[in-house]
Amino acid sequence: MERFKFVLYRPLQMIPVLFGVSVITFILVQMIPGDPVRIMLGSRASAEVIAATRAQYGLDQPLLVQYFYFIVNLLQGEMGRSIIYRAPVLEVVGERVAPTLFLLGYALLLSLTLTLVLAITAARKQGRLPDQLVRVFCTVGLGIPAFWLGIVLIIFFSVRLGWFPVSGFGQGFTGHLHHLFLPSLTIALALAPVLTRNLRATLISENEADYVNAARSKGLPESYIFRRHVLRNSLLPTLNLLGVNFAWLIGGTVVIETVFSVPGLGSLMISSIFARDYLVVQGITLVFALAVIFTNFFVDIVSAMIDPRIKL
Amino acid sequence: MSGQIYDRNGPVDSTEPSDSMPAKPARRRLSVTLITGLLITLLWLLIALCAPWLAPYDPLAHDLTATFQAPGAEHWLGTDNYGRDILSRLIFGTRIDLQMGILGVLFPFIIGNIIGVLSGYFGGLTDTVLMRLLDITIAFPFFVLVIAIISVLGPGLNSFYIALALVGWVSYARLTRSQVLVLKHSDFILAARVMGYSPLRIMLRHLLPNAITPAVVFSMTDVVLVVLLGSSLSYIGLGAQPPAAEWGVMIAEGQAFIATAWWMCVFPGLAIVLLALGFSLLADGLAERLGTKA
Repeated sequence: MERFKFVLYRPLQMIPVLFGVSVITFILVQMIPGDPVRIMLGSRASAEVIAATRAQYGLDQPLLVQYFYFIVNLLQGEMGRSIIYRAPVLEVVGERVAPTLFLLGYALLLSLTLTLVLAITAARKQGRLPDQLVRVFCTVGLGIPAFWLGIVLIIFFSVRLGWFPVSGFGQGFTGHLHHLFLPSLTIALALAPVLTRNLRATLISENEADYVNAARSKGLPESYIFRRHVLRNSLLPTLNLLGVNFAWLIGGTVVIETVFSVPGLGSLMISSIFARDYLVVQGITLVFALAVIFTNFFVDIVSAMIDPRIKL
Repeated sequence: MSGQIYDRNGPVDSTEPSDSMPAKPARRRLSVTLITGLLITLLWLLIALCAPWLAPYDPLAHDLTATFQAPGAEHWLGTDNYGRDILSRLIFGTRIDLQMGILGVLFPFIIGNIIGVLSGYFGGLTDTVLMRLLDITIAFPFFVLVIAIISVLGPGLNSFYIALALVGWVSYARLTRSQVLVLKHSDFILAARVMGYSPLRIMLRHLLPNAITPAVVFSMTDVVLVVLLGSSLSYIGLGAQPPAAEWGVMIAEGQAFIATAWWMCVFPGLAIVLLALGFSLLADGLAERLGTKA
């Protein structure tokens, strides 16, 4: 259990980062020109409500004290009220989490499937036509704007063929699967080139490693060597890359949710920016940052489970 | 599944010469990558410079007698809902998108390299403070932090550049710092110190020129990322503002008409792909030639 000790002390290392993240989100709202209370409550708030809010957030106090109030409120799940939805930010944000999580999971599933198929095909046919095609896909794919790809898929699969809906989240699990297929595919097509490039290179170099030759000389079947040794050892760098790219993935969902009008956190963030609903923007920024921090922690644990040599 | 693909080809003979690529053809191939990348990039630069002479129409001029024209002899890439010529808008858009890519990389490049050298050379408290700042910045999803900053500063390209300068420096700082950490213990730096050169001179004249290669290679890839980011932001409405002929703006304007006028969306996107391809190839070619990983 020695090597899992980091599960205990790693969260302690996360404290300074969490502190910094809270400072930055706090400063973001401070930078908005104008009276923050007016921004929080909208222009039609009564004098009593304004006074009460001022007291609750300590806005008549020095900046450092204000930050203290911000943290105390935050720890109680109090992130202010949305001026557009006239409800607590936590509630507004909470309602939008499900579509984004569904989209992320779906996109991840499609990306990994695509990556495995492409990388394994390319590595097996190294230097030949399938490999060349995969490499072209990887180079060109890196430069394809995801929002545009989404629109092209809509033009083809929704408008021309009518197979998939143009936008929305749908009803029930199968409805979600149907509605979110194109958005997830879009994200997968944008993410797969990065992962495929990495996995293909690792597969090829692992396939030439000494221990693989040793396994061959023992007469083990190729398919067994590939599954048990080559693939298993190649997946770890790709998994780490996926962890690094998780932050990018979240950014991708923001744009793709807007393209496909998926009622998730990303589209809420964009509409809140234009509605000047700053506390919702602040809340979502914080949620996304937390998601990235905890995903990286999770990836570290999984890496340590897959590869006992990793010391954290 | 994977096993089947493997069996069909039979066992791999590890002594097969194709397994280990001989050095010579590899070197020649990377040159092709580099040259293709250079050519595509130069072509785009040329288009941006010569836009007024190349564009057949005024990119902003409305012509309500020629709206929604499909691609044809009159308008090669068609016209939009105001009758504006798509090709002319694309050509003028090169100026904005290329500028986004270059300025959006330049500021983070400068700031990141300065921070990287300072952090690596001085170490200690400077390093700790700067690296904690870096940890905090990368804890945010890049895109989310950029749009959060733009939401505060207000939409527009100036906000875009400021946001990128605030967020984008981290990659460069990290790359250059790790180089400096290795280099600062080498003999020529030691010699420079013994000579009594000031830290500023050592950092600028001796460390930076030797440490900057990975950052330069990454900056080419970064241009691709920044152009994609910039056009995405313009598409959302936070970057370049209409009626500017920016490619992301054009795609956003076209989305309402995808059922009838597909060309409004498709061509600006292809332009982004081709611009990105040029810089991607340039990055790959440079990385292989300079022997660094991009």
